[in-house]
Amino acid sequence: MAHNFPTDSVGVVIPQTKHFDTPLELECGKALPEYDLIYETYGTLNTAGTNAILICHALSSDHHVAGYHSERDRKPGWWDAYIGPGKPIDTNRFFVVCSNNLGGCKGSTGPISINPATGKHYGPDFPIVTVGDWARSQRRLTDALGIERWAAVIGGSLGGMQVMQWAIAHSDRMRHAIIIAAAPKLSAQNIAFNEVARQAIMSDPDFHSGRYYDFGVIPRRGLMLARMVGHITYLSENSMRDKFGRELREGKLNFGFDTEFQVESYLRYQGRAFVDRFDANSYLLMTKALDYFDPAQQYENDLAKAFAGSSAKFLVISFRGDWRFSSARAKEIVDALIEAEKDLSYGDIESNSGHDDFLMPIPEYWDLLSAYMDRIAMEVC
Amino acid sequence: MELRPDLAIIADWIRPGSRVLDLGCGDGTLLSYLQKKLNVVGYGLDIDPANVCAALKTGVNVIQMDLDRESLEFFETASFDYVVMSQALQAVRYPDYMLAEMLRIGNEGILTFPNFGHWRCRWQLSLKGRMPVSDHLSAEWYNTANIHLCTVTDFETLCQERGYEILGRRVVDKYHRNSWFMQLAPNLLGEIALYSLRDSRRSPII
Repeated sequence: MAHNFPTDSVGVVIPQTKHFDTPLELECGKALPEYDLIYETYGTLNTAGTNAILICHALSSDHHVAGYHSERDRKPGWWDAYIGPGKPIDTNRFFVVCSNNLGGCKGSTGPISINPATGKHYGPDFPIVTVGDWARSQRRLTDALGIERWAAVIGGSLGGMQVMQWAIAHSDRMRHAIIIAAAPKLSAQNIAFNEVARQAIMSDPDFHSGRYYDFGVIPRRGLMLARMVGHITYLSENSMRDKFGRELREGKLNFGFDTEFQVESYLRYQGRAFVDRFDANSYLLMTKALDYFDPAQQYENDLAKAFAGSSAKFLVISFRGDWRFSSARAKEIVDALIEAEKDLSYGDIESNSGHDDFLMPIPEYWDLLSAYMDRIAMEVC
Repeated sequence: MELRPDLAIIADWIRPGSRVLDLGCGDGTLLSYLQKKLNVVGYGLDIDPANVCAALKTGVNVIQMDLDRESLEFFETASFDYVVMSQALQAVRYPDYMLAEMLRIGNEGILTFPNFGHWRCRWQLSLKGRMPVSDHLSAEWYNTANIHLCTVTDFETLCQERGYEILGRRVVDKYHRNSWFMQLAPNLLGEIALYSLRDSRRSPII
C-alpha cells in the first residue's frame, strides 16, 4: 500500500541518464570511448540558472541522495535528512543534482556495464578511475544540464574529496565548496584498511580474477568481509560500546565460533546486506580512487599551492567522533586554505557515532549547514 | 550601523583593507562591521556552536576552534595585520602565551579586558572583603570563566617585561562609554581596558 511521505520529503523521484559519446581520457592513460551517467534532480532550476547544487557521493553510495523511488519505497535516499523542502539544502530554493560516479554499479558506466568493444561485461577490464576523472565527467554533465556555475558543490567522505577536486580543478564552474568529513589524502592506516578489503574480495574463490559475471557467481564472502572491515572504521569506539557493548545474542557463552556477540551479528548483517546492493569490482575501483587521491602531489606536495588558483569559497565540516577522517585531518585542509588566503569557514561538530555522523541529523550540524546555505541563497537566489 | 563604543575604538585602530584575525569572535559583530566599513579580510575564531552559526549569518569567515586546547601554530608569523581579542584574554589558560602568539601572528595585537583595578573592584575587595562581582564580571569566584584577571598596571608591567610596545590605550565604563576623565586615571576609573600593541623586537614584515 502506498504511504504518505513526510511533508519535508522531495517525494518520488525518477533517476535520469545522460549518454556521453565523446571519449573521456582518464588519468591512468586509458580512455572510456563512451559512457553513461545516471543522476537525480530535486527542485527547480531558476531562470538565471544560478541555484544549482551538485552533491558528490561517498564510497558506496550513489545518485539516490533524497526522496523515494516508488510509493512503496520505505527507505529514502542516503542524505534525505538534509535535502528537501525546508531542510538545510532546501529544494524550495535550490535545484539539487547528484550523479553516480563512473565505475559504480548503480547505473553509471562501470564494471558491470557492457564493454562496446567486446559485447561482454567490462569486469576487471574497466579502467581505474580517479577522483579527477569523476570531476571531469561531472563537468560534462554540468554542460549537458546547461548549468553555467554550480552555486555549491557539496560532499561527504570520498564525496568531500571530490568537492576538493572540483574546487582545485574546476572552480570556474562553481561558487562554494562544502567539504564534509574528509581528509586531504588517505593515511597509511586508511590505505591499509582498503587493502584488507580488496584482498578479502580478490582471495574469494568466486572472484575469478574479476570475471565472476561470466561464471554466474559473485564473490559473496569476500565482498561481505570487505564491508565488515569498512564498517568498523565508520563507527567510533564509543558508539560501538553504546550499541553493543559485550552483549551476547543468547545471553551466554557457547564456546564456539558461531555468532555470539551482538557486534558480530551486526557486522555480518551489514556485510550480507551490502553484497545484495553492491558490485565487488566497483568496490575495488572505489577504494583505489580513494587511495590515489592526493591533489597536493601535483603542487610540490603543498596543499595550499593546490588551492591557490581556486576562486571557490569554502565550508569545511568535521566530526569529533570520527576517527576515519578525524578533525585533525580536516584541519589540514583548513590550514592549507588559510595559507592560501581563501574565504573559509570551518565547523568541528560535537558528535558520537563516528564517520557516519555526516549522514546523521545532528542539531549543531544542521544549524551550521543551514546558516551557510542561507548565505549561498542570499548570493544566488 | 551603530557600533558598541569599545568596538568603535578597535575599528579606529584598524587600517582599511587590512587582514584581521579575531580570536573569540563571538557572533561576528566586530568582524562583519570591519568587513563592511573598512573592507578588511580575515577570519574569526570561536568554539561556541551558537556563536559560529551567528557569525556565519553575518557573513564573516568563522573557524570553530578551542583557543585553550588547540594551538595557533599553524597561523604563520606575520600572516595578519591585526590579531584582535576582545574580552577573552582573561578567560584563556595561558594569557601570556596567547599574547605572544597574537603578536607573532599579527603585526599588531588589539585586545580588551575587564580592569580589576577599577575602584568598584577595589572597594568590594577592601571594604566588603569579597571577590568583586559586577555587571560584566557577573559570575561568582567558583564558576567564573574569567580565570586570569588583571589590572591595567599589571598588564602594562607584563608588556614592559616582554618588550611589547603599547601603541594605544583607552579605557571605557561598563556601558562601553569613554570619557576624557577616565583616561586621567585609567587603572582606577576604567572598567574595560583596550590596548593596541606590537612586539618591538619584531619588525613588521608585510
